[in-house]
Amino acid sequence: MNAIEINRLTKNYGKSRGITDLDLTVERGEFFGFIGPNGAGKSTTIRAMLGLLKPTSGSVSVLGMNSRELTSILSRIGYLPSENTYYPGMRVRDVLKLSAALHKTDSVGEAERLCDILQLDTSKKASELSYGNRKKLSIVCALAHSPELLILDEPTGGLDPLMQNAFFDILREKNSQGTTVFFSSHILSEVQNNCTRTAVIKEGRIIACDCVDKLKAANVKRIRFTGNAPLDNLTGIRNFETDGKTVSFLFSGDMNSLISILAEGTTEDLEIHEPDLEETFMHYYEEV
Amino acid sequence: MTIYLHELRQGSKTFLIWTLSISAFMAMCIFLFPEMEGELGGVGDMFSSMGSFTAAFGMDRLDFGTLEGFYAIECGNIMSLGGAFFAAVISVNIISKEEKDRTAEFLFTHPVSRIRVLSGKAAAVLSQTASMNIIAVAVTSASIAAIGEAVPWDTVLHLHLAYLFCQIEIAMICFGISAFSRSSSFGAGLGLALVLYFMNLIANVSDKMEVLRYISPFGYAEAAEIVTAGELDTSLVICGLAAGLAVSLAGSLYYCRKDIIC
Repeated sequence: MNAIEINRLTKNYGKSRGITDLDLTVERGEFFGFIGPNGAGKSTTIRAMLGLLKPTSGSVSVLGMNSRELTSILSRIGYLPSENTYYPGMRVRDVLKLSAALHKTDSVGEAERLCDILQLDTSKKASELSYGNRKKLSIVCALAHSPELLILDEPTGGLDPLMQNAFFDILREKNSQGTTVFFSSHILSEVQNNCTRTAVIKEGRIIACDCVDKLKAANVKRIRFTGNAPLDNLTGIRNFETDGKTVSFLFSGDMNSLISILAEGTTEDLEIHEPDLEETFMHYYEEV
Repeated sequence: MTIYLHELRQGSKTFLIWTLSISAFMAMCIFLFPEMEGELGGVGDMFSSMGSFTAAFGMDRLDFGTLEGFYAIECGNIMSLGGAFFAAVISVNIISKEEKDRTAEFLFTHPVSRIRVLSGKAAAVLSQTASMNIIAVAVTSASIAAIGEAVPWDTVLHLHLAYLFCQIEIAMICFGISAFSRSSSFGAGLGLALVLYFMNLIANVSDKMEVLRYISPFGYAEAAEIVTAGELDTSLVICGLAAGLAVSLAGSLYYCRKDIIC
């Protein structure tokens, strides 16, 4: 059984675009990345999964259940929103108690452990917390009841690098225990370092979905060349940079053509390597 | 139960402020009665000759010189208008505040259905309204006893039952408004209570506008009518509560199907 199955999901906001014909499958136990720039449709997809938004068409199945079983779905999900706002007058421990009561679980022990790891003071008023500390509170709320599926929407905003490391350690620990992690971000290094598979969303449509390594290798190489060659005749060049002697560019054309053209001139040095995910991401956004 | 208790905690300050204010004003009026009792005979004659103004507040049908009449006019006006404002204040933002204050994403991503959220919120509104009335009745009854008068239980209970129904009707309408709204409807709630109050005043003044008495819940909570008849107009009460229930149900149905925008 898949953790998430989305079939031809479309969500329109009146005349404006939300997401269109989106298909996505996340297997159980995966650490899945969902990347795209602001406004691409990441949060809309997540909110449709959580039942906050009613799809215009298509279907969403989470942990084998459809939207009619939303309460059962939500009891097995931990959700970390990108923005975090809490009720006025409530202290951190009150928010944690409310969250546990809504989940009908006794998660005090796990909540205390997570608060210790993240150095979150439970006696403070939630409305007076900094952005980073509000994020920590959201993390504890999302994780304390030990959910089967974690849905994280841009989770590291506001966390300092030490806390980000602690957070990813917790996620890896949960993932190793069988928790599926669905991780939305526009910080590509986070996805590259943690996720096994990734989907790229652009203007409401999935434009690529594969293993991170395969995505990086997909039809694009970083070329670094020192010498003389008639590169103007070459097609498939992007992000061309030169310091006068050495040129560097992303190449998505025919590799035989590249070698032929380089052979016409003189080559002092040549490097061909995989681009990082950021370069790949930009490639997808310029290409598709 | 979690949502119900949470809403009671969230609304506790508003509840205390309004309950104490309304009860204190009513108690103050009662404590003024012994001092004014001797002078009220003349005042009553003066009020009865003030035409439309007298009719608007039902003073043409009540004896201002008796505790019963004084209570119905003075405490009745405080309770009917103050109680209506209270009912509007606690209900008109109770649903919309989740989206307005951006707490909806926290609440609705927990395993609790929208219908359970709405029922918990509705139960909290009803409990607060009933509690405010019970406390006000207790305070005013104690005040009447404190000035050495016998509590006119029949009149007091009939009046406060009518005010409670009136507040519940307004609360249900405001609850429905809140379900349709994403922003603060505070002004709309208070405005609605005020408009309904004035509709009844106009109905009291003009025979041609008597239809307004059947629209406004203040029509069946009219102190002069209740004291003189010695009972509530149950058909008006039932119609009013049914109308309030219809608005709140329509709002709830809409809310269960709408997109939650965070």
